Amino acid sequence: MDWELLGPTFITALIQTLVMVLITVVIGGLLGLIVGVGLYVTRRGNLYSQPAVYWILNVLVNIVRPIPFVIFITAVGPLTLLVVGTTIGTPAAVFPMAFMATFAIARVVEQNLVTVDPGVIEAARAMGAGRLRIIWSVLVPEALGPLILGYTFMFIGIVDMSAMAGVIGGGGLGDFAITYGYQQYNWAVTWITVAVIIVIVQLAQVLGNWGARKVLRR
Amino acid sequence: MAPVAEPVAGGAAGPHAGRGDDAVIRFVHATKRFPGGTVAVDDVSFDVVGGSVTGVIGYSGAGKSTLVRLINALEGADEGHVYVHGRDVTALSEADLRRVRADVGMIFQQFNLFSSRTVAGNVGYPLRLARVPKAERNARIEELLRFVGLADLSRRYPSQLSGGQKQRVGIARALATRPSILLADEATSALDPETTQDVLALLRQINERLGTTIVVITHEPEVVKSICDRVLVMENGHIIEQGDVYQVFANPRHEAAKGFVHSALRDLPDAETLERLRGRHPGRLVTVKVVENNGDGSSLGTIFDLLQNSPVRARVVHGGIQEVARRPFGSLTYEFVGSDADVADLLARLRERTEIIDHGRENA
Repeated sequence: MDWELLGPTFITALIQTLVMVLITVVIGGLLGLIVGVGLYVTRRGNLYSQPAVYWILNVLVNIVRPIPFVIFITAVGPLTLLVVGTTIGTPAAVFPMAFMATFAIARVVEQNLVTVDPGVIEAARAMGAGRLRIIWSVLVPEALGPLILGYTFMFIGIVDMSAMAGVIGGGGLGDFAITYGYQQYNWAVTWITVAVIIVIVQLAQVLGNWGARKVLRR
Repeated sequence: MAPVAEPVAGGAAGPHAGRGDDAVIRFVHATKRFPGGTVAVDDVSFDVVGGSVTGVIGYSGAGKSTLVRLINALEGADEGHVYVHGRDVTALSEADLRRVRADVGMIFQQFNLFSSRTVAGNVGYPLRLARVPKAERNARIEELLRFVGLADLSRRYPSQLSGGQKQRVGIARALATRPSILLADEATSALDPETTQDVLALLRQINERLGTTIVVITHEPEVVKSICDRVLVMENGHIIEQGDVYQVFANPRHEAAKGFVHSALRDLPDAETLERLRGRHPGRLVTVKVVENNGDGSSLGTIFDLLQNSPVRARVVHGGIQEVARRPFGSLTYEFVGSDADVADLLARLRERTEIIDHGRENA
């Protein structure tokens, strides 16, 4: 294996992956939190009980989530063009990634919020707390431990997504492993790439577990 | 009961303030339905007098939890009106309701503490809502925790506390904004008997020292017996009986009310017990009710005088006297041994003073 030649390309791919993953985590994480909270609070009987809104959000999540990402990334092309201005390259890959991540994270957030004891929300209401206040000062803090674990889980899913960015010329480690490993029968390149991805994922998992433990140890 | 460090000034101005004919809570034909056709609260009207401790007792599903939630409008009434300090909470906006709720504290069966906040954080939460400045807030938290006897535990998290401690935190939190009304929803149902007594004593103390009007929801007649002044008995969304606790205990009219009273006192012998008593005691078995006579104190003394001055030999074989609403109450089952004429004479005299149940003799 020729690192003289492949080294700089590998570093570029690694940076592309990190950039794609981090931007997706930030944007998708934030929007996913908002949509997830929206799903939770609009459920019948919850803080902003709006069955129609809940139904729409729920269907949207159910439609987007099962689409295989490798198809999704190309299928949203027109929308990507509208938002990013191009359908090729790393920025063009970030849009579908953040889009998909938003809905996937929304479901994870919703599922974690459901575990919050409704009695605690009721107590806050009984004290005269407003609904928005309850969301940020009671609902999210009460679910913080499981939310951190949920986000860690989603981080790994996003790394997985980034491997398919190559389909639209987004580069990244996945693309690198296919192009220089698989297609050139160079198993060493594939394995080294896999090892690096495992390290990234492990780091995230250790960090997530540590954070959740810190929050939950009370 | 932990010693109380210092009094905490209440919402009303001092002990017994507001006591009088002012209804601080008034239900007028209030009805609450749930989807599916259940009528949880069905055309209910009653008043809660300021400074009182009112018990709402009923079996589960009677509608008492819904009833109490109509007071702070956690549930909205479908029909009728609910007034709190004269304001109709069924007509208030969410923003106005928040102000009402700051004046109505609530504690819960499962405590409902914020697991993500420390004890101090829990007690301080309603103060943050009320925008109390930090220094004042901390002083108030300290004062409240001392009041409920948890001054040392302010930095603990709820998961590190026992049930009784959790409920004390819940009480401190509910009192933080000096509410004039405190709602207790099965507040002792998750506690062991000893802790229950401590928490009840604390509630009584809050009522007496701070003048807080308390509404207690419970399925345990013991709770009503020990701390309430007035009681509402609920069944199927209706209030089937209401009144002074002592009166309701002395003279329950409905079956459900009788059931609660009996289970709280357990002083009347049931058929099986009576059978066993007869086996042991051949004399005439008579149950004598002990209730406080109006004005002249307990009828206990006159009953004992009667028994002492009669030639009939009397032995207590069952029952007991306890306190209901802090007044003596109960029944004693005696075995009377003596001539028929003497016993008949004694029974006649007893009947003049109290209610008696003559179980007769074995073969009579």
